[in-house]
Amino acid sequence: MIPAAFDYVAPTTVDEAVRALAAGGEDAKVMAGGQSLIPVLRMRLAAPTLVVDLSGLTELTGVHDNGDSLRIGAMTTHYEVQRDPLVREHARLLCLATDTVADPQVRHRGTFGGSLAHADPAGDLLAPALALDAVMVCVGPSGTREVPAASFFLDYFTTALAPDELLTHVRVPKLTGWGAHYEKFNRVAQAWSIVAVAAALRVSGGRIADARVGLTNMAGTPVRARGVEEALVGQPASAEVITTAASHAAEGTDPASDGNADAEYRSHLARVLTERAVTAAVSA
Amino acid sequence: MRITVTVDGMDYGDEVEPRTLLVHYLRERLGKTGTVVGCDTSNCGACTVHLDGHSVKSCAVLAVQANGREVTTIEGLARDGQLHPVQEAFHQNHALQCGFCTPGMIMQAIDLLADNPDPDEDQVRHGLEGNLCRCTGYQNIVNAVRDAAHRMSPGAGPDAERVDETKLVGRTPMHAGGGE
Repeated sequence: MIPAAFDYVAPTTVDEAVRALAAGGEDAKVMAGGQSLIPVLRMRLAAPTLVVDLSGLTELTGVHDNGDSLRIGAMTTHYEVQRDPLVREHARLLCLATDTVADPQVRHRGTFGGSLAHADPAGDLLAPALALDAVMVCVGPSGTREVPAASFFLDYFTTALAPDELLTHVRVPKLTGWGAHYEKFNRVAQAWSIVAVAAALRVSGGRIADARVGLTNMAGTPVRARGVEEALVGQPASAEVITTAASHAAEGTDPASDGNADAEYRSHLARVLTERAVTAAVSA
Repeated sequence: MRITVTVDGMDYGDEVEPRTLLVHYLRERLGKTGTVVGCDTSNCGACTVHLDGHSVKSCAVLAVQANGREVTTIEGLARDGQLHPVQEAFHQNHALQCGFCTPGMIMQAIDLLADNPDPDEDQVRHGLEGNLCRCTGYQNIVNAVRDAAHRMSPGAGPDAERVDETKLVGRTPMHAGGGE
């Protein structure tokens, strides 16, 4: 199918992009990698009058070391994130989750920031961003503001970004030396997660010193499995402890029922996948 | 909107609507029908081409986004009547049934081998996960990619594609898509 006609601008600076977005009004749409948007346009599920293509914003690509955090440009592709040595060393959970996104062709085009701003609850980078306490840097006509991941994701495909704002960077605090694992459950290759679990842990002297667990597709937003985290911290990194902790995984979640799975099955998956993810992260 | 784009070594300049998909530009404007459309959902990978050396689904890229860039399609792989080693391996291993997925499979296989010159079976299957074969003929495709890896010296993936672009001018196009 062919998209409905739209006007197109490809700004080369963030300022130009913000101005173009403001001028386009409420029917303007930002395009990052386009790997969700172009199929949506083709199916005419959306018909913006203006597409603001960010692919020329080279200032928004790449990963920079900011001392105690990494600064990842929103237009950094999945392919680049996967291979980035800084991400691998300090935020390995992101590498592992990114490796499961769609397929290689999509990862060449799709971007880290685009996935987060699209906010598909089945997207694989939301839960890791939440688990890592990432901070979203948003730029609009009135300037720059920073929004923690915990208050960025509001609902299905809905974020704290105002219609005239862009996500330009993501600040990811370094968790150097932590174990990490992303356990994704889907039915076929390149499919979205039915449920997935992002786990990052710091083990010290045989005990779990810190634990972060994020859930993909267990609500309209990514969810932190706080009950699991609390049951892990301070405990020995043993199979019994992990099994008991994982039993809390579905607490406080609100999973959907759809053609892939009903809510009860998703809750079951959350517990099983959490046990697998934490077990793998402890030994990673 | 005016675009200039290099496709299979030739430069083109064209006026296109922003909504024109790269795959439609390649097929309908340039006649590059070796690149095929197999789905409407960006799942199947049949339309895979290389954009500045990396595989993309050309149904998920706008033609205007190829402005100033270089596209390689299945039609740009053969050199002076010689098939690319990956094409040759697909031929020798009978890595096709109906052949519709073949152009995308070959383009993605070349991309995979550029990143990983000697993939094991799991790595081949993972690397081709964005390409669907509705005949389910995956086994010979996997065999062909591993055979191609052995035909090409380590690291030859990207190099094989970069062989003297000037030879492209005046060549006879090879159509690998659409079945044999």
